[in-house]
Amino acid sequence: MRPITPTTTASAAVADASRLVAFALRPKRRPARDETYAELTRRYRDDGGFAELVNAVCLGLDLVVLDVDDRHGLVAASTADSVFAVRMTDYARRTSGEGKTAERVLHALAHLGAATLAYPRPADLASPAYVGRVTVNGVEAFVREATRRLGEAAAEAGENVDPPADTPNLEAAWRVYQRRAASPGSGDGRRVSSSTIGMVSKALGFLADQGLLIRRSDQDGGTYATTSRYRVQVAEAGSRMFAELLALGITEVTDGTGTLTQIEWTQLDVSHIMTAKPTSSPEVGVAHV
Amino acid sequence: MGLDATRGHPPETGWVAGAPNDTAAVDADDELGGFLVDEAVMSAGFAQRVKALATTAPLHDLDARKGQVQISDYTVYQMAELALHAIDLVTIAMDFDTGAKPETVLRDLVDRVAAQAPGRTAEEHQRVAEWVVENLLNVGSADRGFRAIYGTSGPNGYDRRSFDFKLLEETSGPDGELYLRASNEAVNVLVGALEVDLEAAHIAADVRLETLIKRGRLSEAQAAAQNARYRTIQYGELLRQRLEATSRDVRNVDWAEAMPEFLNEAREHITGRYKAENAILVNLTKARDDADTTTRKVQAARLVEIVSECLRRHDQLQSGLQAAGRRFRAEQDRQTFTPGPTRSALDLHAQLLRPALALPIADVDIALLTFFTSASGVSVPHALRLADFFEGLITPPAERDSLGDIIEDPDIEFDDEPARFPQASYDHLESLLDLDPEAPQRLSGLLADARERQTDDPEAEDLPLLVLVRVLAWAAQEIGAARRHHEASVLMAVDDGTVLDDSEFAGSDLLVARAEILQNERPNPLAAQPADGEDAARIAPMASIKNVAIRHDSEENIA
Repeated sequence: MRPITPTTTASAAVADASRLVAFALRPKRRPARDETYAELTRRYRDDGGFAELVNAVCLGLDLVVLDVDDRHGLVAASTADSVFAVRMTDYARRTSGEGKTAERVLHALAHLGAATLAYPRPADLASPAYVGRVTVNGVEAFVREATRRLGEAAAEAGENVDPPADTPNLEAAWRVYQRRAASPGSGDGRRVSSSTIGMVSKALGFLADQGLLIRRSDQDGGTYATTSRYRVQVAEAGSRMFAELLALGITEVTDGTGTLTQIEWTQLDVSHIMTAKPTSSPEVGVAHV
Repeated sequence: MGLDATRGHPPETGWVAGAPNDTAAVDADDELGGFLVDEAVMSAGFAQRVKALATTAPLHDLDARKGQVQISDYTVYQMAELALHAIDLVTIAMDFDTGAKPETVLRDLVDRVAAQAPGRTAEEHQRVAEWVVENLLNVGSADRGFRAIYGTSGPNGYDRRSFDFKLLEETSGPDGELYLRASNEAVNVLVGALEVDLEAAHIAADVRLETLIKRGRLSEAQAAAQNARYRTIQYGELLRQRLEATSRDVRNVDWAEAMPEFLNEAREHITGRYKAENAILVNLTKARDDADTTTRKVQAARLVEIVSECLRRHDQLQSGLQAAGRRFRAEQDRQTFTPGPTRSALDLHAQLLRPALALPIADVDIALLTFFTSASGVSVPHALRLADFFEGLITPPAERDSLGDIIEDPDIEFDDEPARFPQASYDHLESLLDLDPEAPQRLSGLLADARERQTDDPEAEDLPLLVLVRVLAWAAQEIGAARRHHEASVLMAVDDGTVLDDSEFAGSDLLVARAEILQNERPNPLAAQPADGEDAARIAPMASIKNVAIRHDSEENIA
């Protein structure tokens, strides 16, 4: 590691600022483990001029500084046209083009589902101390349950949920998800990547590679804990998506108490579940209101 | 999993009981609020007892539920014990800054699991340990906690309330790593105490410990010492929580009145604890040294260890207290002058997931891709330099010996530390301290002599200091060893209360003498108890020598 040179010239300061951005591009690096990173993080906080330089470097790279903290260092998010943006077509093959909208939506839903289960209540997303925990089976079951409810509601309202034959893209997202099998057998016990379980598994594995989740165990298809960096990213992603939905005319206003709540179990339910499923998935304590 | 939060104590049959009175005007949670009548106090006490009972419920629940696990037969394990061990491991490992590392806790817990069923596989032991920890965390439930319903009778009839608590908690430390922390309730479960005022409990624990040690009941004292340690940890945890809340938002904690009061209380508390625990430590050390059987010696030694650990934790707490004010000011500056990104908390489920699922995929495509791109971090493209790339391509793979490279013997230079004092000084010291048994000398006299010699012989550097160091060592002289080796005399220094008047050093003007040892054969040569009158006269000052030595260490200004 090169030592930090004192800011005798403007170029030295720019080099330091870029170095901090370079750290941000390696999300598994942490200030706690790297003296230089820690020093640069402190400098960002204390030195307004330096912070401005870092922001300027980010601006040139089409990045946005989301947060700077001792726990995770600098968190920078890519904007849509940044060279650093994760593209869906790179993330999952066969997702580009007109006819592949359904694939894209399913992959993105896996990510959104994971974030929702990681931060079930608004307060969790707001608290830096909260550590969420998600499992592959849990996320899949959670999203599927949400689709089931929407399906029930649609059936009750007597809607015709079948899309017009010539415009398959008008099919509702919940229906696309519901039609996709959770985990079809591949014959040799491997996960099928096009199943929803496969997609969620890919999503969580990818987030762990990106340093946003930490893999804890193999239970329930893979158990992960969240990092403070992921919280910052999800909060940002959520507000961006909310703005997009707003443009579509969708405005859901909540009172901030959250719509997921713990449900009360009776002895009967428990004995039923216990006999039906020896290793119950962890999200059973959460229900939709 | 995930069911235990409510399963163990459903509202119909759970922790619901009536208080024995009907006129309670104040409920348990508002006991500080105002006017307390006897019934209200009773009612508050009752609620406390019910709560204390409730915190143990998750532990019993483990044992109740172990039979229902179908992957293997868990009935051989005593789950409540394992859970207590787990809480214990986390509590002891908990520091002021960080919690316990989950891997370490699991590893230690696996040992305890294995001890219960040595016949089972290591894999199962691991699974059981994980099962216990996850159930204590209560991973499945939304708020990772437990809830008990209890009730008190008041003027408005029977009043049901819910009591939410946690046992273990997963938090991320300042370095971004995951840690486990034990909650206040968990520590209470551990000590088997009711919900009590922390400071009062702490003082009580110390008084108890002291009394037990004085009476020589060491095994009970050990249990009490362990309790005292848990209390210390609990106190630190309280302070840490308040400081952490402050760093989130200074307005979370009342820094105008409540917090300074708390800090003062904590400081007074620590002062008191220091005195008490130091006194206990002295008593204990004596108990350890005087112990006549091996068991008692071991017990006393373990107690010394626990009390020292308590003192160490107090040190930590003390530095935390000292930094608290500074931290508050820093946080206030940070939070006042940096306009943080003010995002309103988003309800991911209601505001994003549900609307997204309801939309046609053609519409929701863009919105979901926006989420995907910003929530999945950054991908760094390769910046390729052709010259390096070609070089990499044409470089043949390095042939590697299967045994690896030859290990070169490192050149090790022995670097002896130079002696603190030159040899000339030691020579002078020898002649200077060759005292006549009949003519004891004062330290001041020896120092004057040493300075004189130093002026004559410039080689004898720092001679006065060397004399002082040697004399101080004699102040702590052990005569047991000299007796065993049948030596004729031993040099010793005794404090008779005279104050040393010196330009360089301060303290007591010790009386330095060569004391003759009378070789009386006694059954136990270790015991420094005089056997006859004359011996007593010579050795009598020894009893106070230990204390003198300690005093001198702190008073004498060495170097």
